Amino acid sequence: MSAGFRRHRRSGAALATFTVFEADLLRSLAAQLIELLRHEEAAPSDADPLEQMLDFSGPTTAPDDPVLARLFPTAYAEDDEAAADFRRFTEAALRDGKAAGAAAVIEALEEAGLTAEPEDGVFIDVELDAAATMTWLRTFTDMRLAIATRLGIEDGDEERWAELDDDDPRAQVHDIYDWLGFLQETLVRSAA
Amino acid sequence: MHNGAVSTSPVELDEPEVADLAQTATPWVTIVWNDPVNLMSYVTFVFQTYFGYSKRKAEKLMMEVHEDGRSVVSTGSREEMERDVQAMHEFGLWATLQRSDQP
Repeated sequence: MSAGFRRHRRSGAALATFTVFEADLLRSLAAQLIELLRHEEAAPSDADPLEQMLDFSGPTTAPDDPVLARLFPTAYAEDDEAAADFRRFTEAALRDGKAAGAAAVIEALEEAGLTAEPEDGVFIDVELDAAATMTWLRTFTDMRLAIATRLGIEDGDEERWAELDDDDPRAQVHDIYDWLGFLQETLVRSAA
Repeated sequence: MHNGAVSTSPVELDEPEVADLAQTATPWVTIVWNDPVNLMSYVTFVFQTYFGYSKRKAEKLMMEVHEDGRSVVSTGSREEMERDVQAMHEFGLWATLQRSDQP
């Protein structure tokens, strides 16, 4: 298993070595995130058809998908109109930014040698400068928020996940969640 | 605006004016809320890099989020706070904005 990220003393870059399996998993998670961000229509589908055609701006209501609702929170808790305006002007850019971040992670992995059908025994060395580090930190966050929302992770529920059978798919997903948390922690440390 | 001595209902007339003054003078705040996902180290790092806070201040705010469930992380005009909230959402933190005198 990857030892996570470490800081290169001279360049200050964050370095990590992944097995092909790990790199492929990261690529797949990033691709799923892009799919999710692109999949659900950015405009509410129940809007008046004419209004929809004439509305070239962003959505005004929170997304139906709980993951997207967490990725794009409501900015005004007590003011629906202001919250709708904020969403209209920010959500599209936020979506694009998050999708671009996930795409940059995929690109970095592929530049580091991850092929379409990678062979076992190959290692993928990733080197991130300060800007790429921020992008990866944000993307790790989005992946972890997505998984946590799907699993229903709550504060202090570690035991619940530890008690699951190993072959329970939720246990496997939770292992991935933990692994992403480990990678993110080492990346923050290498950057801080 | 008017002389209180000649007004028949100074209280009623005064009220809107006071409210307007309060509205322009009251700053807005960005609040970051606790969530079960974000790492303490990451939240601290975001406060340091985005707001330029010292490590000590960033850690203090992070602990407030963690222990009290929320923390006011910045104060300013409504436009500035909208920018900060948008940035927090880019980082995956759960943030809202409101007037500073709102509970």
